Amino acid sequence: MKKRICMFFLVVFCFILQNTVLKALELGAVSPNLLLVITAAIGFIGGRKEGMYMGVLCGMFTDIFYGQLFGYYTLLYTLIGYANGFFHAVFYDLDIKQPMLLIAMSDLAYGLIQYFFQFLLRGKFDFGFYFTSVILPEFLYTVVLILLFYRGILVLYEKLDKLDNTGSVDEFV
Amino acid sequence: MRRRKRDSIPSKYILTGIGVICVVFMLLSYTLGFQGGPLGTVSGYLFVPIQKGINYVGWYLSDRADNLQDLRLVMAERDALQEQVDQLTIENSQLMQEKYELEDLRALYELDRSYSDYSKVAANVIGKDSGNWFHSFIIDKGSQDGIEVDMNVLSGSGLVGIVTKVGADWAQVRAIIDDTSNVSAMILSTADNCMVSGDLQLMSKGVISVSQLKDSDNQVVFGAKVVTSQVSDKYHPGLLIGYIQDLEMDANNLTKSGTITPAVDFEHLRSVLVITDKKRQIDPDEEPAVTEPDGETDTEEEP
Repeated sequence: MKKRICMFFLVVFCFILQNTVLKALELGAVSPNLLLVITAAIGFIGGRKEGMYMGVLCGMFTDIFYGQLFGYYTLLYTLIGYANGFFHAVFYDLDIKQPMLLIAMSDLAYGLIQYFFQFLLRGKFDFGFYFTSVILPEFLYTVVLILLFYRGILVLYEKLDKLDNTGSVDEFV
Repeated sequence: MRRRKRDSIPSKYILTGIGVICVVFMLLSYTLGFQGGPLGTVSGYLFVPIQKGINYVGWYLSDRADNLQDLRLVMAERDALQEQVDQLTIENSQLMQEKYELEDLRALYELDRSYSDYSKVAANVIGKDSGNWFHSFIIDKGSQDGIEVDMNVLSGSGLVGIVTKVGADWAQVRAIIDDTSNVSAMILSTADNCMVSGDLQLMSKGVISVSQLKDSDNQVVFGAKVVTSQVSDKYHPGLLIGYIQDLEMDANNLTKSGTITPAVDFEHLRSVLVITDKKRQIDPDEEPAVTEPDGETDTEEEP
């Protein structure tokens, strides 16, 4: 339970950071996607369910404040969390390359899905432009963000996990 | 595996559940305009105060950095501005004369409700869209301050956008440079109607697109003012959108399209003005009113 509450406040913190500080640090009108980083990271660190819950929270906040169709971002982030959860089985926490690859791929997928549903379906066909000026810069910027945040998320999650598990073991005994 | 509880639900069912809920919400949102309802209010109380605080700190820091940087620039600019002041003083006196004339004429036509008369509320921008695809932002005034959906938003002299979602103490504004934004506009000098649409692709060059402009006499030139038109159903007439950058004849040889430079600097928006008068719309349920003389209905606003 403690873990859940802490996770909730982690999302709140990241959401605020995303919309204020990271927006001020835009490079070429593109900012990294911190919400996606934590959703994907918790997905493969904690498993499918954890990833989904994280995705629901991140997506819901985005929907409430910045969404046009309520539920769209919730579904998108949930799926990203869930998909990353499949890699929980092969996750090895001392290696940074694998998480980096997973999160980067998630960001690429996110960009492509956004383009497909929000732009291609409205008749904006210049994929080359959208790829080089939005998807790719966001992808690269997000990779930088992973290097800065990933270790922190991992340590935090493992601490919270221990906290909750010891608690439940005590109750059980 | 033993420690897993027996009654825990497999994750694929949870995913299906969440997926169904999301699709239902999307349908509700599309058909009934559902926008989160009480969720928006609750999260407003959670986020708005913190976001306000962070922004004040950010502005303070950037102001301090700017102060040092700007000092030298300001010294140089002062001289240039003094010259400009002299020039403008002359221009101003000429314009004042014209203004008196205009006022007389307006009084004659009973058109004295120009957009300086709209009641406005000032608000601060406290958060920007988390993604890179759209240009919407959050302001720190909401339904408690009388903000409603479809109210026009200005900054300085230009049109910023329109309120698209309202919480208790926050509101979402969609900027006119957003890819999904369309504004019915007109050229101020010739009163030709056109459409101004936001475009992510053009925005990288700092312009937005203008289309469907009928200009058979080639009167619209570079720098012509583009304002919101009388026929728009959500925007008040005469709000400045920007200036014509370039125009080209369409393939149909009837209309022109091109680009305009917005009057507002969207990169550095801090505070905006929300016009709390909404443009009056014809209510389909309302009984037909007594016919009013033509021409008056366009300029009247809701009290």
